[in-house]
Amino acid sequence: MKPSKKSVALIGNPNTGKSSLFNALCGMSARVGNYPGVTVEQKIGSLLDSPDPIDVIDLPGTYSLAARSADEAVTIDVLCGVQPGVPRPDAVVVIVDATNIERNFYLLSQVLDLSLPTLVVLNMWDRVVEEKHRVDVETLSQRLGVSILCTTASRRDGVIAVRKAIQQLVAPNSTSYAPKHSPREQFPEVFKKESASLRQKLAELQHPVPAVEVDRILIDKDGHFQQKMAKLELPGLLDEIESARERLSTAGCKIPLFETKHRYQWVREQIAGLVDRPPANQSSSSDRIDRWLTHRWVGMAFFIALMFVIFQSITLLAAWPMGQVEELQGWIQGWVEQVVAPGPLRSLLQDGVIAGIGGVLVFLPQIVILFLFIAILEDCGYMSRAAFVVDKLMSAIGLSGRSFLPLMSSFACAVPGIMATRTIDNARDRMVTILIAPLMSCSARLPVYVLMVSAFVPDERYAGGWLSLQGIVLFLMHCVGALVAIPVAWFLRKFFFPGQASTFLMELHSYKWPSPYVLFQRVWERASAFVTRAGTLIFCTSVLVWAAGYFPGDTAPLTAAQKKIAALQAELDAAPAEGSEAVSSQLAQAEEELNLARSALIDASFLGMAGKWIEPVVKPLGWDWKIGVATIASFPAREVIIATLGTIYSLGAEEDEESEGLKAQMKAEKWEDGRPVYSLATALSIMVFFALCAQCSATLLVIRRETNSWRWPIFSFVYMTTLAYLGAYLTYTIASAWGLAA
Amino acid sequence: MKLSQLAPGQSGIIDQIIGEDALATRLMEMGLLDGEPIEVIGRAPMGDPTEYALRGYRISLRRNESDRVEVSLTSPSASQ
Repeated sequence: MKPSKKSVALIGNPNTGKSSLFNALCGMSARVGNYPGVTVEQKIGSLLDSPDPIDVIDLPGTYSLAARSADEAVTIDVLCGVQPGVPRPDAVVVIVDATNIERNFYLLSQVLDLSLPTLVVLNMWDRVVEEKHRVDVETLSQRLGVSILCTTASRRDGVIAVRKAIQQLVAPNSTSYAPKHSPREQFPEVFKKESASLRQKLAELQHPVPAVEVDRILIDKDGHFQQKMAKLELPGLLDEIESARERLSTAGCKIPLFETKHRYQWVREQIAGLVDRPPANQSSSSDRIDRWLTHRWVGMAFFIALMFVIFQSITLLAAWPMGQVEELQGWIQGWVEQVVAPGPLRSLLQDGVIAGIGGVLVFLPQIVILFLFIAILEDCGYMSRAAFVVDKLMSAIGLSGRSFLPLMSSFACAVPGIMATRTIDNARDRMVTILIAPLMSCSARLPVYVLMVSAFVPDERYAGGWLSLQGIVLFLMHCVGALVAIPVAWFLRKFFFPGQASTFLMELHSYKWPSPYVLFQRVWERASAFVTRAGTLIFCTSVLVWAAGYFPGDTAPLTAAQKKIAALQAELDAAPAEGSEAVSSQLAQAEEELNLARSALIDASFLGMAGKWIEPVVKPLGWDWKIGVATIASFPAREVIIATLGTIYSLGAEEDEESEGLKAQMKAEKWEDGRPVYSLATALSIMVFFALCAQCSATLLVIRRETNSWRWPIFSFVYMTTLAYLGAYLTYTIASAWGLAA
Repeated sequence: MKLSQLAPGQSGIIDQIIGEDALATRLMEMGLLDGEPIEVIGRAPMGDPTEYALRGYRISLRRNESDRVEVSLTSPSASQ
């Protein structure tokens, strides 16, 4: 252990701009991990512009230190220095929503009891100025005995001062920053006595517990710390806690009321005369917007329209950048063909590496657009209104509006979505949300949909070109998983997690303009995560799939055909005039040989063997063995199917692969009897399969981590794969009956 | 009366929170304490939950949560 490295903890209510401040303080290079044994994300960054290294620990957003679960207990455990693996922070920074000081100071009052050097940051200061609140920061700071800084973290205003203050806070001789008084001192004497005697008792039993945690044992009935004590199985301890509570109750100290009452009273005393907000903000602009956005009809219509617009925009706006990426990929493949001699290396580069990377990067524009929308909705404050609007609907399937945000995020990626379920305080709700989150149509499914939709759904436009049939199908594909999730959630709630309905206490922040910093940061974080995945996992898979499709067959005929073509091409280029027709026909013949060689190669490959083995299983879905193989190869990560299809069709292409896109190759695929493999019915069946299947090792690993058991990822995998197969079978059967299989 | 019985536009003073469980604690931590004024802002499109104003901020509570809050009506006019 290095005693020299200092650390500060960053704590605050949810939605106070804590992550903006964290990023502003530390840049974007946070180390993200997990606290051992619980599902809470551990985020630690290094303070920028600091001569000595200082760690900044980003604690989960919380309204109170009263912990009801192991996850909530991490905050107080870290602050008390009893969290394994995390040394006690040298100081704590409390971030406060400056427009809502009274409610936010409740948490501050609990933090001050820890007697750590404390810095208070009043964030969203721009709105205090805008809305003409009056805050006498200097006097407030004197009363509290801690320094207070004002910031607008989303615009990076005041951040440098915070960095400096943190350095001073952890400097060896900074006792002046320690809080003057602890709000706990105002607790009734009878409580302090009970708490002290319980602490004494625990110490005698060889279980020293910090004073504030002893308070929590007494105050939080059936809370985390009481459960922790129960696990120790110390004789008579639980009875002792219960009788202490009874003694307190008879003495007029009602639990848990007395704590909240004392703390809010303390807050009122501190801010009396120093914090004024303009009277009656009843008709504030935020309320006026809210009147419409939560209106009975308008609000609902707006919500549905917004979701629709988002998915339409993805198709319409991403078309141009996607075309550019495709063009670049074609250009690079052409260049490789000129530079590298025919053989395994060229095949690896062209069909493995470039096809794999390009096939994934092409979907980056859509992912950026989707994440941008989600970031805007979150940052402007509409996300919580959306939860408010749809809560009743969610409660019908036994969930709450709180599940809405994790589920909505799962439309981007189930991994952050499942991690976002940590904000759901009801354990049963959380489990159900985790298990249905992978059904939401994540952005990795988008490539599959886009490929199938753009290749096989007719490009028809309605309403003056603003409404495309392709966009509608895309929208419907996003609905499939969500609709299936409804009966699944009901079923899980009924048979696996029965119990009382959940709670839905949620703060509704006023609307604000989203900050470009915040938007950029979120989009960048997620887009770069996608690209990193594309660069490693997907890249490896595509090279492996290439190898499985290239070996162990005889590659000599293929190389010979390629060499022959190159020679003929050179001849044609050198003397374009004389005998060009003869050479051209020779060239066509050579290309025919090449295609035969390719087909023979892939038929004889490991991939071909595996594919033919599973063909009977996937045939009822309207698939040929190549689709089956691509699907199997994409079980680790579903977006791999694009790369896999690209590889398979490049290796076995009937057309010239450098000029034709994947779509054209797919359209050219034929069954043995000459019917095209891909019809609209097949495309729909593939999309439905991908909509419902758990083809994502990252998601399954996150479920394992979040539920701390292998049972639930296995459960998810089995139920989703079964649903996917049945769904695809039904889709193909129904679509064929409608004549879409031709 | 119960907070859930107030109509949008009405306001009241909180008398007490019923219960000692986690929900009661959370309500108190969010500042719903006896003597605090609270106002009904509006209901969600499907009638539940409801948005309330207290201590200068907005909170959304479901019916089963606002049932736990006892209030005295202060402004009876429903159209303010």
